[in-house]
Amino acid sequence: MRYVDEYRNREIAQKILRQIKNISKRKINLMEVCGTHTVAIFRNGIRKMLPSNINLISGPGCPVCVTPISYIDEIIALSKKDDFIITTFGDMMRVPGSTSTLEKEKADGADIRIVYSTLDALKIAQNNSSKEVVFMGVGFETTSPTIASAVLKAQKEKINNFSVLSIAKIIPPAMKAILAAKEVNIDGFICPGHVSAIIGSQPYKFITTQYKIPCTICGFEPLDILQSIHMLIKQIEDNRAEVEIQYERVVKPDGNKIALNKINKVFKVIDSDWRGIGNIPLSGLEINDKYEQFNARKYEVEIEETKVPRGCRCGEVLRGVITPPECPLYRGICTPENPQGACMVSTEGTCAAYFKYN
Amino acid sequence: MCLAIPGKVKKIFNDHTAEIEIGGIIKNVSLDLIPQVAVGDYVLLHAGFAIQVIDQKKALEIFRAWEGKVD
Repeated sequence: MRYVDEYRNREIAQKILRQIKNISKRKINLMEVCGTHTVAIFRNGIRKMLPSNINLISGPGCPVCVTPISYIDEIIALSKKDDFIITTFGDMMRVPGSTSTLEKEKADGADIRIVYSTLDALKIAQNNSSKEVVFMGVGFETTSPTIASAVLKAQKEKINNFSVLSIAKIIPPAMKAILAAKEVNIDGFICPGHVSAIIGSQPYKFITTQYKIPCTICGFEPLDILQSIHMLIKQIEDNRAEVEIQYERVVKPDGNKIALNKINKVFKVIDSDWRGIGNIPLSGLEINDKYEQFNARKYEVEIEETKVPRGCRCGEVLRGVITPPECPLYRGICTPENPQGACMVSTEGTCAAYFKYN
Repeated sequence: MCLAIPGKVKKIFNDHTAEIEIGGIIKNVSLDLIPQVAVGDYVLLHAGFAIQVIDQKKALEIFRAWEGKVD
């Protein structure tokens, strides 16, 4: 077992698909919350395999896409300060701010470096002790424990020139915001597998009790996704609403307690702005006061006035209200080479996935 | 961004890091988020960290459920 290709077995996929077709006849909307799922679904042609009564809607689960423009402006302002090094995951380089991107700033001479891990950012800080190294803290619960771990390590090893500009986010409040807005009918949620590897199944419980909508925590290979869809339509047909775990090889009901403890230690929960959705109560993570010295917001910067690209409908795409082809900019002036909105920048953005695979 | 991939633990070092093999490639990763792993375990890797151990028994259940099934 390598726990990858085994889950691409065509024969089993066809068996699950036949069962799906046998069970489900009515029209069903399922939202895949996670951007990594969106890409896996497109790459494996799953939308085309499913019977026409099952509609998959892409949700808000791409951290790059939901990062507000003002945050990009904030990090760009920091990058202009003398003796600052900005470290970031590569996905953020081309995300448009109001008037610039990190890629453009780097070309203009700012010291902006792509890292694979928060620990790489720490190493850069250790090797450049006369400079301040800021890590762009973008991500959901999968990534936030790795940021927390780096902050704790910086404290322990007294790496005092390292800080984080956090815009880390929490997924379940965004799912709640989408349900509360009532803009789109959702009959079931395909819940993010790797976020759930950290948070477990409990945080989705309110969706099944308050909204009576079934949830299945899903893996990322084709058999995982098909089995999750099968589990969801079975719940719908049986009139049940429970949080089920399909991705049992990775997700435990309690999640990863060590990782959760580190998140709770280093971060505090705050209201947070989501690009295209707006401010969602208690959906963001800011560095806790106790770790203030590692919070890059201790540096004062002047942030330019936010400018939103005209005509961009990323917000409605992120909320599942429209599909990318319904946006007037899609494939016209907005392409992966020249993205206007963040959903076209990120490889996991819904617009980029539609562009590449549709 | 929430991409994570499975790898096999080859060596564990004293500083809570491990050598992990992913399809023939060896990578050093942090075990800070799952300290309780053993050589031979499969773990899920995300951004330089092992974030969960793969339950090898549960991993087979999907095949048990569907392989023999006649529809």
